[in-house]
Amino acid sequence: MAGINIIPLFVVIPLGAAFLISLFGKFIKRFADIAAIVTSMSILICSFHVMMLLQNTPGKLLIYKIGGWAPPFGICLVIDGLSMFMLFIISLIGFFVTVYSVAYMEKYTDKPKFFTLFSLMICGMNGAVITGDIFNLFVFLEIASIASYALVAFGTGHEELEASFKYAIMGSVASCFIFMAIAFLYGFTSTLNMADMARVLIYKQGNSFVPFVGVLLLMGFGLKSALIPFHAWLPDAHSSAPAPVSAMLSGVLIKALGVYSLVRIFFNILGATQGFLSALMFLSVISIIIGGILSLSQWNLKRLMAYSSIGQIGYILLGIGLGTPLGIFGAMFHLLNHSVMKSLLFLTAGSIDYAGGGKDLREMSGISKSMPFTAKMNLIASLSVSGIPPFGGFFSKLIIIVACLQKGYLGYGVCAVIGSILTLSAFMKVQKFAFFGEIKDSSRNIKEAPLLMRFSMAFLALFCVIGGLMLLPGMRFFISDAVQVVVKGTGYSSVILEAVLK
Amino acid sequence: MGLYFLCIILFCVGFYGVLRKRNIVKIIIGLVIMNYSMSLFFVLLGYRLHGRAPIESQSQPIVNMVDPLPQALVLTSIVISLAVMALLIAIAIRIYERYGTFDITKIKNLRG
Repeated sequence: MAGINIIPLFVVIPLGAAFLISLFGKFIKRFADIAAIVTSMSILICSFHVMMLLQNTPGKLLIYKIGGWAPPFGICLVIDGLSMFMLFIISLIGFFVTVYSVAYMEKYTDKPKFFTLFSLMICGMNGAVITGDIFNLFVFLEIASIASYALVAFGTGHEELEASFKYAIMGSVASCFIFMAIAFLYGFTSTLNMADMARVLIYKQGNSFVPFVGVLLLMGFGLKSALIPFHAWLPDAHSSAPAPVSAMLSGVLIKALGVYSLVRIFFNILGATQGFLSALMFLSVISIIIGGILSLSQWNLKRLMAYSSIGQIGYILLGIGLGTPLGIFGAMFHLLNHSVMKSLLFLTAGSIDYAGGGKDLREMSGISKSMPFTAKMNLIASLSVSGIPPFGGFFSKLIIIVACLQKGYLGYGVCAVIGSILTLSAFMKVQKFAFFGEIKDSSRNIKEAPLLMRFSMAFLALFCVIGGLMLLPGMRFFISDAVQVVVKGTGYSSVILEAVLK
Repeated sequence: MGLYFLCIILFCVGFYGVLRKRNIVKIIIGLVIMNYSMSLFFVLLGYRLHGRAPIESQSQPIVNMVDPLPQALVLTSIVISLAVMALLIAIAIRIYERYGTFDITKIKNLRG
């Protein structure tokens, strides 16, 4: 297979771009913009290519051995259905956010540094998603996290610094827990390869080791993905960061680092037990309800969206916690929809801020008259996130609720419906205060966003509208391949180890 | 066994610092202590009593070596914690420039 050599490019391209941008960005005008767009475009093309390659490969599995070392000893990069799914979301959202930030970041002073950190963040996420080695996962996770701590503090104002400090401390504590769990896993299984580790754990069962490591990992990845007892960093970080960064954080980062790693480690390595699934479902239902209520009570536009993100992460983890194929399908579908629509929401909030509308809902009014395009985009994303029928968000929430009822968790299903109503009312509040109403004198001279910003918002809105089409039989393979990997559980190890021997 | 308890005690000291201290610099020191305790723990996992350095040579048989892999991993993790520490200290200096204090109870623009 010749095409397999493309896999390391997902890490190499953004890493090289970060290096080049930091080196030449200061001296050559516009170099940073062009390099960033070319980078994210080429990653998007690569991910399309790998998707085609994966479809034509028997077993739907691509393994690249770094340096030619066979997996239990060397590090391997593994692309299966789940990795491909996450990789595609990262590259898609990454491309549109890069295009957006070329125009948006004009008002900040040092654009090359922004794109350096941004490329590093994409590099870290891509690496974390495609690696097959648990320590490598930790390293890439830290690369992405450190870049995102710095990006949150990018404006270096009062709020940015405070939010970034809080985020950095909590994220580092989470990394400490993850590192401790990896140390225990290595001590117990004496291997670091994920597939090999799963194989050893199957033979060595019957003690309290796995639940202990499970709790450590749940704390670590729960902090990274902002489940409700661990959520305190998210509203601050998301509302203070520059808009493209909040879109990336909320749309992709908490999913690639939190949800993906949680699913990969718990389902494919440790083997999901019923106790763990119940704990996950309980936490996610609390997230749905509390995230919804808190988002309803916010007056800062980006803070409202951030709390709504916590609720939507709750939906994703509720679907995963059900453990049935239908629930996991709904969760993956909601992950895709949510990353598109929440990025779009943050981008619209950013363009209102860019045009001078501010962040406080009480001070803005009648923006739909001065910024009709942004208002339409925000309306589409709001309808999708609150689950109005023709949009993608409706179908994914419906699948999760049906899966709840199918498994017999009536109470959780009712909570999910209540959460949806809370989200709808929160976004109706945004529409009423920000976009409708009388136009104020202070916002009379607000102009529409620049072309590049409108371009990426329009395409994300298009994906929001056609999101429901992913359920059609011809398109469904994209999600159901990811679901297959999760449902297979610890069978993952034998699949990978057999593919290596070939 | 005593060394493992030392790791746990160090970890708890660091965690206490992160959770209870009000000064930003002390919080950072607590975090660094946590990281060090984890590194120590990981190296201890690969250590064996009276083991020798994992260097292959013709004269000595390959017995009683310590496990070299945790040492390599801990080196990586030390570099990562160094990066986090540098970033945190840079942020702390900027916070001091903006707010004029290191006390986290006085730094609370964001709430709700």
